[in-house]
Amino acid sequence: MAATTHDVHDGHGEHHHGPAKGLGRWLFTTNHKDIGTLYLLFSLLMFLVGGSMALIIRAELFQPGLQLVDPHFFNQMTTMHALIMVFGAVMPAFVGLANWMLPMMVGAPDMALPRMNNWSFWILPFAFTMLLSTLFMPGGGPASGWTLYPPLVLQTGDAFPFVILAIHLMGISSIMGAINVIATIFNMRAPGMTLMRMPLFVWTWLITAFLLIAVMPVLAGAVTMLLTDRYFATSFFNAAGGGDPVLFQHIFWFFGHPEVYIMILPAFGVVSQIIPTFSRKPLFGYHSMVYATAAIAFLSFIVWGHHMFTVGMPLTAELFFMYATMLIAVPTGVKVFNWVATMWRGAMTFETPMLFSIAFVILFTIGGFSGLMLAIAPADFQYHDTYFVVAHFHYVLVPGAVFSIMAAVYYWLPKWTGHMYNERLSRIHFWLSVIGVNVLFFPQHFLGLAGMPRRVPDYALQFTEWNMVSSIGAFIYGISQLLFVYIVIQTIRAGDKATDRVWEGAHGLEWTVPSPAPYHTFDKPPKISTADAHG
Amino acid sequence: MTNPDITRANRRLVPKLFLFSIAMFGFGYLLVPLYDVICDITGLNGKTASSAVAMDGNANGVDTSRTITVEFVSSLNSGAPWEFRPAVTRMQVHPGEFYEMSYVARNLTDQDMVGQAVPSVAPGPAAVHFQKIECFCFDRQDFAPGESKDMPVMFRIDPRLAEHVNVVTLSYTFFKLDPSS
Ligand code: HEM
Ligand SMILES: [Cu+2]
Repeated sequence: MAATTHDVHDGHGEHHHGPAKGLGRWLFTTNHKDIGTLYLLFSLLMFLVGGSMALIIRAELFQPGLQLVDPHFFNQMTTMHALIMVFGAVMPAFVGLANWMLPMMVGAPDMALPRMNNWSFWILPFAFTMLLSTLFMPGGGPASGWTLYPPLVLQTGDAFPFVILAIHLMGISSIMGAINVIATIFNMRAPGMTLMRMPLFVWTWLITAFLLIAVMPVLAGAVTMLLTDRYFATSFFNAAGGGDPVLFQHIFWFFGHPEVYIMILPAFGVVSQIIPTFSRKPLFGYHSMVYATAAIAFLSFIVWGHHMFTVGMPLTAELFFMYATMLIAVPTGVKVFNWVATMWRGAMTFETPMLFSIAFVILFTIGGFSGLMLAIAPADFQYHDTYFVVAHFHYVLVPGAVFSIMAAVYYWLPKWTGHMYNERLSRIHFWLSVIGVNVLFFPQHFLGLAGMPRRVPDYALQFTEWNMVSSIGAFIYGISQLLFVYIVIQTIRAGDKATDRVWEGAHGLEWTVPSPAPYHTFDKPPKISTADAHG
Repeated sequence: MTNPDITRANRRLVPKLFLFSIAMFGFGYLLVPLYDVICDITGLNGKTASSAVAMDGNANGVDTSRTITVEFVSSLNSGAPWEFRPAVTRMQVHPGEFYEMSYVARNLTDQDMVGQAVPSVAPGPAAVHFQKIECFCFDRQDFAPGESKDMPVMFRIDPRLAEHVNVVTLSYTFFKLDPSS
């Protein structure tokens, strides 16, 4: 590898310029930091758009009866909200973090395939413009729920082919992003950065990337079958032609369950970076963390049936999916244990990234428990398609995935911008978020157990009180995110100068470069000291 | 940034990763035949065989000691302009014995119509033991404007039907077919 280093420095045509000027910089950039920024800003925008839709839903559900929107539009809102949050907010946010941080964490000058990186990002605005435009088409946008079950989804109006195409584009974007991540991690690590020295965020992303290239194509296949069923007289899911709609559910959830881990594994990585920093102790059980992540990823391929307990599977399949699902709780438990053990007797401080991470550990665990309840096949017959499921996945996705993204932004924002954020405001943001999120989602457990179905614009009177509480929580949580936007803008523009290390307890290569991180970092591979291993 | 070692490594790795995702696209399609095969073997989705079994005498004998209730159900796929119902809604049968019953359908439009009935048996695992010697569901059904038809189905319950099953429901959904297809 010595020769390699040499090449880098003799390579002519290497001009170390800063960013280009104007709009062209963003359109044509191949710089991982620029692209990371683009992804993160795009994700923030989608978070606000998807969030507004959620507030429309919660406003309608504030009282029983139909008051604000008609049921068909309501269904479009639940569908669009989910599609936008999953594919537009959470996934791109993690890809943005990966772009910014992976090269810096493994000591690489950039992502392995910078030009493809530009494409994977710029596909997204097109995909989502198309998806959003379907709301204005005759017949409205998709209203079948994000799971797109036939035959209902085949009744979508003119929007149908546009929705499918948008999903294809999102899939292509994530596949390209994932391939880039794998190539970067395999081929671009600085000498001495062995696999078992990589920070956990890198590890979790590597495994996530494999999940992405394995299941996004399966989703693409499923939606292509929907398309040909509707326009080209195939009968994959059409019973009249010998197909079976239940087949769609199998294919969808073969994608769908790994997909939920795609949204949570990078979150595991983020909190595994943050908790050691603010506990001033190395991560407890690094190796077991890596193996647990791999185990979760593997198991995620054999549990899809837990979304389909009620379709009429034979007993043996119900039992298999039930036990396999419960098995996932074991590696997940290992992780939670390790985070707590890392904090145990640490010299802890509670800056905002740490607050979000601790909230993550506690609230994600609540989501894991409700998941275990749902995994009990006979019990799921009662819980399925009720608000209990809604409560479950929002606990793992909002105070889970979204909180970890917030934590990551506060943690690395000083490195990105060179400025400290406003600690007081960010704490207000944190407390409003935790209170809001719990007031929003905890009552949904009660509603579900009492039998309130999901995806309905109206409900029976006995559900009124908890729905009101939930809607109030939604507005607290939703509006407090505007404070987050304000804090981020304020930090970009001004704020105290951040040091290079930023956090006293921070380890890892990203903290060895100046703040803000220069446009090009690690053109010359760094020496990996043991202190910086595992980040 | 243009390190030749890395470029070479990327050239080796990246096509493999792309190929892998293309293969997974194919895998999605592979799930279709896989699903059909598994359902065929196990009858899990309640689909009965789509062709007749031979009327091979009573190979497994008639079990007169056992009586099973067969229920008949009909439904119309949305927008199918037919009246469609079973002539009787339930029958008591002995496993192994042949029975005949019929469904009645009437075209409610003043146009030629083509329909197809799709059967399903509940509980799912009973489907493989629900043997049809003749069924209107094996073929497309043509209807003249306003025509009414009595459509027979001849069946037998295999005596190997699991001990604990006492009620079997046969359901047909009637679909409107595009006459050109
Ligand atoms: C211990 C871990 C987990 C277990 C045992 C578990 C179990 C389950 C079960 C059984 C269901 C189906 C409920 C039903 O429809 O009746 C479900 C739904 C769901 N879970 Fe989980 N889960 C776990 C973790 C997660 C994580 C980490 C995420 C995402 C970050 C997640 C996201 C979802 C989503 C989105 C749904 C609903 C999908 C839909 O129907 O729209 N789960 N979970
Ligand atoms: Cu799942």
